[in-house]
Amino acid sequence: MKNRAEAVVKPIKEAPKRTSITEHIVEIVSDSGEGAQKVGQSFGAISAKMGNGVWTVEIIPADIQPPARTRESASGVSIRIGSEKITNAGDEADVLVAFNEIVPYTRIDLNAYKKGTIVLIENMWANHESEEIRESYARAMEDFLRRGYVIHEIPMEEQCLKITANPKKGKNMWVLGLLCFMYDRNMAIAQEQVKTTFRKKSEAVIETNLKLLDAGYEWAEAHLQLRYNIPTIPSDKELLVMNGNEALGLGIAAAGIEVCSIYPITPATSTSHSLAEYFHNVGGVMHQAEDELAAIGFAIGASYAGKTAVTVTSGPGIALKTEFIGLGVMAEVPLVIIAVQRGGPSTGLPTKVEQGDLLSVMYGQPGDAPKIVLAPSTIEECFQFVILARQIAEAFRMPVFILSDANLATGVTTLPRPSIRAEWFSPPVDQSAWKEGVNPYQWNEESGLSKRPIPGQKGGEYTLTGLAHSDSGKVTYQPDLNQKSAAYRSRKLAAFGQTLKPPKVYGDHDGDLLLIGWGSTRGAIEEAVDILRAKGLKISSLNLHFLSPLEPGLREIFQRFKKVMTVEINYSDDPSDPLITSENRRYSQLAWILRAHTLLDVDCFSNVHGLPLNPGKIVAKVNQELNR
Amino acid sequence: MYGLMPECSLEMPDSYYGLDDYEKGVARWCSGCGDHAVLSAVQRMCREKQLPPEKTVFVSGIGCSSRFPHYMDTYGFHGLHGRAFPVACGVKFRRPDLNVFVVTGDGDCCSIGAGHWVHGVRYNMDITVLLFDNEIYGMTKKQTSPTSPLGTKSNTHPTGSVLPPVDILQTTLGLSNVSFVAQTTDWVPGHLYATIKKAHEHPGFAFVKIMMRCPKFMQDLVDQHTSNRDLYSLLEHDDGIQVDPATSQLFENKVKHDPSNIHNARELLENGKSWYLGLLYQNQEAIRYDLYGSQNLGFSTDQKMEALETELDKFAI
Repeated sequence: MKNRAEAVVKPIKEAPKRTSITEHIVEIVSDSGEGAQKVGQSFGAISAKMGNGVWTVEIIPADIQPPARTRESASGVSIRIGSEKITNAGDEADVLVAFNEIVPYTRIDLNAYKKGTIVLIENMWANHESEEIRESYARAMEDFLRRGYVIHEIPMEEQCLKITANPKKGKNMWVLGLLCFMYDRNMAIAQEQVKTTFRKKSEAVIETNLKLLDAGYEWAEAHLQLRYNIPTIPSDKELLVMNGNEALGLGIAAAGIEVCSIYPITPATSTSHSLAEYFHNVGGVMHQAEDELAAIGFAIGASYAGKTAVTVTSGPGIALKTEFIGLGVMAEVPLVIIAVQRGGPSTGLPTKVEQGDLLSVMYGQPGDAPKIVLAPSTIEECFQFVILARQIAEAFRMPVFILSDANLATGVTTLPRPSIRAEWFSPPVDQSAWKEGVNPYQWNEESGLSKRPIPGQKGGEYTLTGLAHSDSGKVTYQPDLNQKSAAYRSRKLAAFGQTLKPPKVYGDHDGDLLLIGWGSTRGAIEEAVDILRAKGLKISSLNLHFLSPLEPGLREIFQRFKKVMTVEINYSDDPSDPLITSENRRYSQLAWILRAHTLLDVDCFSNVHGLPLNPGKIVAKVNQELNR
Repeated sequence: MYGLMPECSLEMPDSYYGLDDYEKGVARWCSGCGDHAVLSAVQRMCREKQLPPEKTVFVSGIGCSSRFPHYMDTYGFHGLHGRAFPVACGVKFRRPDLNVFVVTGDGDCCSIGAGHWVHGVRYNMDITVLLFDNEIYGMTKKQTSPTSPLGTKSNTHPTGSVLPPVDILQTTLGLSNVSFVAQTTDWVPGHLYATIKKAHEHPGFAFVKIMMRCPKFMQDLVDQHTSNRDLYSLLEHDDGIQVDPATSQLFENKVKHDPSNIHNARELLENGKSWYLGLLYQNQEAIRYDLYGSQNLGFSTDQKMEALETELDKFAI
């Protein structure tokens, strides 16, 4: 595209054929409040329902109501759709739909687009009454051309005015209709999706949005040359569509957990939103506490009195809960703690991804406070790991952490529908008489395990305390008893470790480079490995699901590779930065742990841009490393 | 049973709990400390009400008072400084069958845990709260408490404390959804016992402030309080706390106060120069959060599985 004249979209005379593609990344960006997120999530859900692989990432402004037509106002979604399963957000977008010319710049700064990216842009600004806006628009179009984008100017406002007096509220569904035509989406599914999206609104609102959807579709059919289809591979499995936080909520229900005690915090809160809608139907109750401390205190109280409870939070919440976490470890109270990580330290980046809570979760308490830490790497695992965590917490009588992150929290994808099993659900609270002569902390010499009495059990009366205590639960300051009880609590981790198997290497079992990741980065890392292996590089990857205790056999696996490097979304010093030497370099969080654990020179590639890691960045880093 | 007419029915309890069924260990409070008196009164009340020890939970925070659960042969939870209320609420939330008590102190409740005090009152769960107010930090050796009288000399304020104390009763009466506020003292055992019993009977968050002796660090205050009978007034009413005549005789000042009248309670506290012992306020109709928490107890696994399938349907393609 050489000039703007070509960008004006005119009615087409003869309908071109659809191009078949295997995948596309589509971004929709608007001012905050114009509903681009709704378009994106709906478009993702429709595509998933048609059987495409999907991964969506939300573009969230930091403020609630930032000024319109500013970079800060950019709000939207990036959707990657493919014929096969999609495990990560991918690299640059193929298509951008923008509601004005300013908001894309937030994403341009992040290299979200490439030469050839198709830009569908609202054209109302071209003839706006304000000269300043007209000029801004014209300047941006020239700039877009220079960057190699392919512009299509779309009369969104003009078309929507035919249906609604307030296009600001309706433009998004018109755009959804346009995209549905562009990608040959099933309109019956799309209409159902619109009804679901507006299920809490009036009939009239639903009606208007359905009209806008149809209008967008029809306009695109009459005007757009851009026509694709992304074939689906038929699956005989029944599929579900959800994001990571919804999966965590369903996992809580499927674990038979009956108390979820939270204090609102981004990006963890939406777990409680979706769960709150149905928790009472599955026998649970949501408690919104007065603060983070009370949220975990309440959960510990509920766990102590019967069924294992759960609390859901993020980094700053973990910091506030620290003292209670220590109590949970010391007094051996089963508890599930879900941390949906965001950027830190302090309030940091509330809506952005980081894997920065690993070390604080493991070592945040005074003294030695061993606990089990799990890291789901997919949305499906977000569901499964809650069930697992509840069982481990009870068997090992201790708090169990699940470390999710903002990338999994809001990423939407498909997963096979789980077949629910009765043994997932917690059993009824034991109210039988306590066995005479058994102490409340009768630690097993071999495993450190003990059985806990629950209020209501006659003969089991004891006083739980965070003070050092003997096996009878009595406060003690005896040096040998404190050493012994600390050893038992630690031994539980070793006992749990006995149940773990060495992790599976993705790719060959030996080679030049092994990339190690944990949590949400798995999809991007494995895709990068695929790309690099296709080019003949001897590279493999490893995803760790268990971070405390670590899975066995890591040293042996690492030694089969010439170089080992973690890939994480948290801070590490860049060796080329001023003053940084091999002696004083501060490593990323998993790298610290692996270096101490294996005594091998584990390197790391990590950063805190607050962005999901994409395969392209990993490929570039590996190329740089191996060409050294 | 021989000699008993067939139409006469006699109920014999399976077991009878004696005081020793509630006693555990030797309390390690200073001699002369008011905590001993409360422990005795609570154990007596448990026996009187025949509370099954396995169905009774004492939750505390940190401080002298918070050692209390260790001396009760029931279930106990000696947790974190200031955090007894959230724990107790969590215990009660899904266990309506448990008798839950909170034992806390002036520092625990009104300083480090003040946020939970505000919300604990508002949740109004069926919990009996015993606030031991000795107006000083004892366990950490004489630091100023939020309830220390202005000018109290302590290790943190050697020349005297510089701020007026928190008014526990006025503050509690000002909190949303408050349902029971009473004041008693450890050195009038009859009143102490009657107040704890009344609090336990209250269906909601029964908040009892107990004026306590700390002979170790606040001897002057103890002398002043225990030697001046005219400093006190006994609140009297049919709906209030009923004490035996011997206890009643101890009071020179008696004031009629209807515990349903929160305005009068506030006025008494605002204008009076007296320490009012008795029930300041009771409302049995306040919304109870524990009833919300226990409304859907006891679902079978089948029920849960079926409901979960319905939810999964909503995410289905």
